[in-house]
This record gives sequence, C-alpha cells and structure tokens, in this order.
Amino acid sequence: MSFQEVIFYLFSLALLLSASAVVVSRNTIHSALFLILTFFTTSAIWLLLEAEFLAITLILVYVGAVMVLFLFVIMMLDVNLARLKEGFIQYLPVGILVAVVMAAEMIMVVGSAKFGIQSYPLPVPKAADYSNTKELGSVLYTEYVLQFEIAAVILLVAIIAAIALTMRRRPNTKYQSPAKQVMVKKEDRLRVVKMDSE
Amino acid sequence: MIPLSSYLILAAVLFAISIAGIFINRKNIIVLLMCVELMLLAVNINFVAFSHFLGDISGQIFVFFILTVAAAEAAIGLAILVVLFRTRSTINVNDLNSLKG
Repeated sequence: MSFQEVIFYLFSLALLLSASAVVVSRNTIHSALFLILTFFTTSAIWLLLEAEFLAITLILVYVGAVMVLFLFVIMMLDVNLARLKEGFIQYLPVGILVAVVMAAEMIMVVGSAKFGIQSYPLPVPKAADYSNTKELGSVLYTEYVLQFEIAAVILLVAIIAAIALTMRRRPNTKYQSPAKQVMVKKEDRLRVVKMDSE
Repeated sequence: MIPLSSYLILAAVLFAISIAGIFINRKNIIVLLMCVELMLLAVNINFVAFSHFLGDISGQIFVFFILTVAAAEAAIGLAILVVLFRTRSTINVNDLNSLKG
C-alpha cells in the first residue's frame, strides 16, 4: 500500500466518521465542531487531488467564515435541545434504511466497473513548479469572467438580504437626526421675550 | 494508485449520511442546514475528482461557484433563522405551523 493510499483511507475514514457524528450528535454545538473536522479532512482529500487552491479556500471560507457564523447563531439562540431531539429514535430506522439503499445504488453506479482504473487511468502527476492557483485564475478571469461577476453579485445580494432581514428598529429607542440638527435655525430654538423689569 | 471510483464512492457515502441526517434531525433547523452543507461538500468532492482525472480545470471553477452560492445560502438561512427565533422564540419545526390552513 503506497503512502498516498494510506493517507486517502485514513482521511476518508475520518471524514465519514466525523460526518456521522455531525448527524447523530445530541448537542448542536458538537455537530458544528464535527462539521469543522469534516471540512478539514475534505480539504486534505482535495490536496491529494491536486486542487490546492480549493483546499485552502475550503478551510478559509468554510471553517473561517461559515462555521463561525453557524457557531454564533447556535450560541445566540437559546434553544431547548431536549425538544429538538424528539423523534430521534423514531426516525432513525427510516433514515438509515433510506441512506443505505441510496448509498448502495450510487455505489453500484459509480463503482469500479465503470469508473475504475481501466476506464479512467491515473493522470500524470503535475510538476513541482505547477501552480494550481495560477491556472485557476487564468481560466476564471477569461472564460468564466461573466459567471465570476454573477457570483460577486450573489454575494452582494446575500449581504444585503442578511442585513435587511436581521436589522430591526425598536420603536421606543430615541435616535438623533443629524440632518435636522444641522438645518436648525436660531429662530427655532431661541425665543426673545419682552417683559417689563420688576 | 487511488482510482476515480474510490473518490466517487466516498462522495456517495457522504451524501447518503447527510440524507440520513435530514431524516433523523428533522426537528432541528440548524442541523438541517449543516446537512445541506455536507451534501454540497459531497458534490464538490465529485467535481474535484473528475476535474483531476479528466485533466479539466473547469470542474474546479464549478466548485468555486458552488462554494460561493453555498456561503450565501448559509448566511441568508441563518439570518432567517435569527428572525424566526425573535418572532416565535422557537426554532422547532413543529411549532412553525402558522401558515397551515
């Protein structure tokens, strides 16, 4: 067994175990932490597939941003965990049955008969000075530049939607209005009263 | 000497695990969102594996876009979750029946 195979099977095992832990974990925080482990092991498998840029992006974007968002939301919400786990045992057999059937069907399709080493021979390993990022960038900014811009717009929409959804104006809170403060005249504030001296 | 089928089987099993997760955790929206992330990850493994074995960089470009859309989806989903918790003070799926006719 070569070194690459050892790495692949080790990380695959860790990936599947941590994914199962995400699913069956009783505590939502534990699920989120196991999901982080899943992303890490997946990025190791992507490194084996010579997709270095995406492996690092997965860690930076998912572990660094998306999972932090998940953890923030989980800790912000005061969730009754006991109620959320109702029906866990009830649906466990159905879930496992569907998953096993689905996995068996997919493995029959993508098994080694059609996608084995004969049909898809191993590609030649890239040279040591090969830059995955450079090649990705040279395609991304030429052939796929329109899609790239659409992706940017999607992110902008996500930002605006998330802020618009969660921003709330409390009716009781007092706000300053800088425009009104600047536009105020002397006559609005000052009243000269004429009265006799006493 | 890892054939393409190994990667595809790995992704298929990961996808099946996340399907089981959606069945099992159907009361907890946060875990449901996490299972959707797992499914997208399984699909991404397929894309990267095919990109490697076919020598075509386009598969990795696609993963790039899927990551973008998944991040946007997670952000909006969690924002909706926060608003939901503010108005109903629960995220249990069973309590979200106010639209039921």
